[in-house]
Amino acid sequence: MGDDGMKINEELMILGIETSCDETSASVVRGGREILSNVVSSQIESHKRFGGVVPEIASRHHVEQVTYIIEQALREAEVTMDDVDAVAVTEGPGLVGALLVGVNAAKALAFAKGKPLIGVHHIAGHIYANHLVEELTFPLLSLVVSGGHTELVLMDEHGKYEILGETRDDAVGEAYDKVARTIGLPYPGGPHMDRLAHEGEASIELPRAWLEADSFDFSFSGLKSSVITTLHNAKQRGEEIPEETIAASFQASVIDVLVTKTMRAVEKHGVERLVLAGGVAANKGLRARISEVCEERGLKMTIPPLALCTDNAAMIAAAGSVMYEKGQFADDRLNAQPGLELER
Amino acid sequence: MNVLAIDTSTYVMGVAVLRDGQVAGEMVTHVKKNHSIRLMPAIRMVMEEADMKPEELDRIAVAEGPGSYTGVRIGVTTGKTMAWALGIPVVGVSSLEALAANGRYFDGLISPFIDARRGQVFTGLYRSRGGEVERVDEDRLILHEEWVTYVREKEEPVLFLSPDLLKHKELVGADAAINPADHLGRPSAIAFAGMKKEPGEAVHLFAPNYLRMAEAESKWLEAQKERE
Ligand SMILES: Nc1ncnc2c1ncn2[C@@H]1O[C@H](COP(=O)(O)OP(=O)(O)OP(=O)(O)O)[C@@H](O)[C@H]1O
Ligand SMILES: [Mg+2]
Repeated sequence: MGDDGMKINEELMILGIETSCDETSASVVRGGREILSNVVSSQIESHKRFGGVVPEIASRHHVEQVTYIIEQALREAEVTMDDVDAVAVTEGPGLVGALLVGVNAAKALAFAKGKPLIGVHHIAGHIYANHLVEELTFPLLSLVVSGGHTELVLMDEHGKYEILGETRDDAVGEAYDKVARTIGLPYPGGPHMDRLAHEGEASIELPRAWLEADSFDFSFSGLKSSVITTLHNAKQRGEEIPEETIAASFQASVIDVLVTKTMRAVEKHGVERLVLAGGVAANKGLRARISEVCEERGLKMTIPPLALCTDNAAMIAAAGSVMYEKGQFADDRLNAQPGLELER
Repeated sequence: MNVLAIDTSTYVMGVAVLRDGQVAGEMVTHVKKNHSIRLMPAIRMVMEEADMKPEELDRIAVAEGPGSYTGVRIGVTTGKTMAWALGIPVVGVSSLEALAANGRYFDGLISPFIDARRGQVFTGLYRSRGGEVERVDEDRLILHEEWVTYVREKEEPVLFLSPDLLKHKELVGADAAINPADHLGRPSAIAFAGMKKEPGEAVHLFAPNYLRMAEAESKWLEAQKERE
């Protein structure tokens, strides 16, 4: 059980590069699991005034930063390019202009230094953030919750992904941010909603989208509309609902659906480990609830620390290490793929 | 000096290699295809055909813009990352200056331009002296009509050069270069111009010269002004 027999060379040194959205990041990971450095430069301050990430501005920042961040990552790891065995880079999904900077930097580096090149799926990276914390064991189920994704991914072995279900409309992080915006919270609203949710009571009954009985898909747009309608109706009656109450009620609905569906998938597929992935895995309510049910059932569980939940290059290097051992290399024609599929 | 030159600022993709200051290899395509896929294989091919190893390079010269934002970023990212990895300088050359070099034997004003949509162009004014072009008026973003009027008022012979000539033929008419090949900048021109430049700033600081703010930024600034 658990072990699919793949061994990652302990000395394997992978340089990871991640530029899929608004973080420029580079990292050195040894043996697939040991983080020697993980430098993340966030552009969030540049995008705040626009109320969201502006793709052209993100791309401009990436070009300005990319070599500096790579140098910093090597320096902090106390290695040089000569020590690196391969360059792994996020090829998609993400913002095409942003991805292009990382992909072309990685290709240039690989060519100039005669190193192999590896193209990594961003969500595979998010899942492999867990491998940096605790060795992955199979079969495992990953609940991926981020700004652009909400999906349940089943893995029978390293590097193989089967999507059991995914959102049919908004991603969960997106829903958090949209609701946050309607109640006037700054961008990105997710963390603020989380904080407020802990200060309030989930006293408003909001809908839960269960979809078909056997479906592992999600839907959050109805919930979002329901929040807006509730606020609107209250206003018409001259009442004011405290933002803490809205946040707590919204979060209760989200967590209920996420955790219930996840546990159903755990049971159906008899997995032996559950891992959380993506920026929304930073959510305190979700972490607490998932830990609780896993403990009740004696299910092994990993949740990455906050810094590994959001976009970072260490997770790309970790996923890339497995691809290195499997001989899954890219060539000079590697391109940014904004709509890249995970199951390939 | 051994130089690698890269241009992906328009649909023209150019790669050139100089060995000891002589052109050893040069490749130009003008097709609506993806630079991100094709640039690295092109660099590898030209370098290999010229028997040039990456470690032998002394400098990288890149068309730094203006042009397509994404296109320019592909060239600049590739050039600066290679330069950083090899520990050599990277220098930026205006994509307009490189194009103007095609008019090096023209006696008069040379106006290279690149279409910038909505009737605008990226353009500048150059003049040839002893077979080398020098800039006489800054590169800029301007309504093409306004620019052509301004240039013609100088009452000197003028030569227009542009990969987007077909779109702008009415305005420049008989003053455009006759040979279609002269409307495509050559990467070797970028290499030669880059060879003469002082590689001032650190590789990390090398960035495109877009000549235009990101749209979201200019809109935001406008909104701020209105609020005042
Ligand atoms: N504590 C939290 N509670 C809820 N949401 C949160 C919390 N912290 C962050 N988020 C949300 O997580 C999202 C960002 O996550 P992440 O960085 O993984 O997304 P992304 O990288 O943009 O998306 P993807 O990885 O799908 O391309 C944002 O929507 C943010 O509001
Ligand atoms: Mg992400």
